[in-house]
Amino acid sequence: MSAGLAPVFDAAAAARAWRPPPLVATPWLRWAIYLGALAYAVLAVGTLEINWARAAEGFERGLRFLGGFFPPDFVSKRDDILEGLMESLTMTVVSTVIGIALSIPVALGASRNLAPLPVYLLCRGIIAISRTFQEIIIAIVFVAMVGFGPLAGMLTLSFATIGFMAKLLAEDIEDIEASQAEAVRATGSSWFQLLAWGILPQVKPRLIGLSVYRLDINFRESAVLGLVGAGGIGDTLNTAFDRYEFDTAAAVLIIIIAIVLVCEYSSGWIRRKVQ
Amino acid sequence: MRGDEAGSGALLRIEGLTKRYPTGDLALDGVDLAVPPGQVMALIGPSGAGKSTLIRCVNRLVEPTAGRIALDGQEITRLGAGALRQARRRMGMIFQEYALVERLTVMENVLSGRLGYTGFWASWFRRFPRRDIETAFRLLDRVGLAHMADKRADALSGGQRQRVGILRALMQEPALLLVDEPTASLDPKTSRQIMRLLVELCEERGLAAIINIHDVALAQQFARRIVGLRAGQIVFDGTAETLGPAALTAIYGEEDWSRTIRQVDEDETEDAEA
Repeated sequence: MSAGLAPVFDAAAAARAWRPPPLVATPWLRWAIYLGALAYAVLAVGTLEINWARAAEGFERGLRFLGGFFPPDFVSKRDDILEGLMESLTMTVVSTVIGIALSIPVALGASRNLAPLPVYLLCRGIIAISRTFQEIIIAIVFVAMVGFGPLAGMLTLSFATIGFMAKLLAEDIEDIEASQAEAVRATGSSWFQLLAWGILPQVKPRLIGLSVYRLDINFRESAVLGLVGAGGIGDTLNTAFDRYEFDTAAAVLIIIIAIVLVCEYSSGWIRRKVQ
Repeated sequence: MRGDEAGSGALLRIEGLTKRYPTGDLALDGVDLAVPPGQVMALIGPSGAGKSTLIRCVNRLVEPTAGRIALDGQEITRLGAGALRQARRRMGMIFQEYALVERLTVMENVLSGRLGYTGFWASWFRRFPRRDIETAFRLLDRVGLAHMADKRADALSGGQRQRVGILRALMQEPALLLVDEPTASLDPKTSRQIMRLLVELCEERGLAAIINIHDVALAQQFARRIVGLRAGQIVFDGTAETLGPAALTAIYGEEDWSRTIRQVDEDETEDAEA
C-alpha cells in the first residue's frame, strides 16, 4: 500500500453513476423472465375464443333479466323470505360461536412457541384441510351427509371458521412479546394461567376483531350456501330464481346487501374500538 | 478467589452447571456457585458471557444441559412440572425490559405474582384473597404507585414499570430474587433508585438476590459480593472492594480500567452524602 495522499471521494460523480438496483440482479435471468412473461401473455391471449355474436345476444338477455328485478317484491313471499333470513342468521351465529370455540385450541396447538412439534404439525394439518376447500365444496359434502337444510350449512361454516380463525390467531400468538409470557411463567403459574395471563391479554384485541370479522363472513357465506341446498336465505333466493320470480329475488338480494352492509360497518366499528 | 464463605448453609447451590444451546453455543461451562440466605450478589460479565442463561437455568426457564441446582436443599434440576411450578414461587424474577403484561393493569401485574398460589378459575375471575390484594396495595403505596393501580401497565414510565416488576416478584414471597439487568433500560438516577429499592427490600426481608448487571460501578455500589462471568465460566468471585483492574481485565479483557474504578469512588461519596 503506497501511503501518499488519499484520493478524495467524489460523491457527486458517484451519485451520477448510481442506478437503482434492478428487481432481478442477474441480467440474463432478468431478460429471460421479462421475455418469457411477454411470450406467455401473447400466446395466452391467442388461445381465447371470443364469440362476439353470442356475447352481444347475452348482453341483451342480461338486460331483460335485470329488468325483471324491478320493482322488487318484498310482500308476496314475505313468510319465505323471513324464514330464510332467520335461518341464515341462526346459522351464522351458531356456526361462528362453535367455530371460534373449536379454533382456539387448534390455534394454540398451531403456535410454534407453545406447542411441541407433533401437536404443531397436527394442528397446522387441520388448518390446511379446513382452508383448502372452498365453502361450497364442503357444503356439498355436508349436504350429502346430513341432507338438505341449515344443519349442513351450519356444519360447513363451523368447519371453515376453524381454519380461518385458527390460522390468523396462531400467527398472532407466534408474534407475542415472549418476555411478558416468560415473566408470567416465572411466577410459578400453571400452563392455563400462562395462557390466561401471559398470552390472552396480548392477543385479545385480535381475537375479538377476528371473531366479529368472521361473523360477517359467515353471514355472506350463508347466503351463498343456500344455492347448494344448505339452507338459509340462499335457499329462498335459489327458489325464487327457479320459479322465475325475479322481483322476489331482487327483494332477497336487497336484504342481503343491507345486512352485509350493517355487518361490515358494525364489525369495522367494533374492531377499531378494541384494537 | 472462590467465595467459599457460603459454606454448607447455602440457600442456592449450583454445581457443574452447563448449558449448551441447540445451536451448539456453550453458554455455561461447569459453573459452581453458592449463595447464602440474604446475600445480594452482583453477576457481571460481557454480553454473551452467560449471565442471563445462568439465572434462567436457576428457575429452569432455560433447561440446563448438565449440573445440579439446589434451592434450600431441594434439587430444582430434578423436579417434575408440578413441583417445578411450586419451586418457582420461591424465586422471584425481575426483567430487563420489565416484561410487564402491558394490556393488564398495574394491579393485575402485581397480583400475577400470586398466580403460583392461586387456582386457575380464581385467577381467571381475578378473585384473589383479600390478603393478597391488601399486600399488593401496601407494596404499591410504598413505591408511590398506589394511585396507578388501575392504570394499564403500558401507561407507566420505565422506572415505574420496573417498580411494578419488583413488586410482582415480591408478591411471590420468594427466598431468592433473580434479577436480569434491572437498570439496562433506565437513566442513571432512576437506575440508582431502583437498585437502592432492591437492596433495601432484600435487607428488610432477608432475601438473597442474584443481580445481572452491566454497570460495574452500580454493582460495586450496591452489592457486597461480585461474581464475574466470562465465556460461561466464573473468573472472579469476591467482595466489591477487591474488584480491581486486574479482576476487570480477567472478566472483560484488556482495557484502561482506572477511570471506571475512580467513578466508583465518586459514586460512593455521593451516596454517603445523600
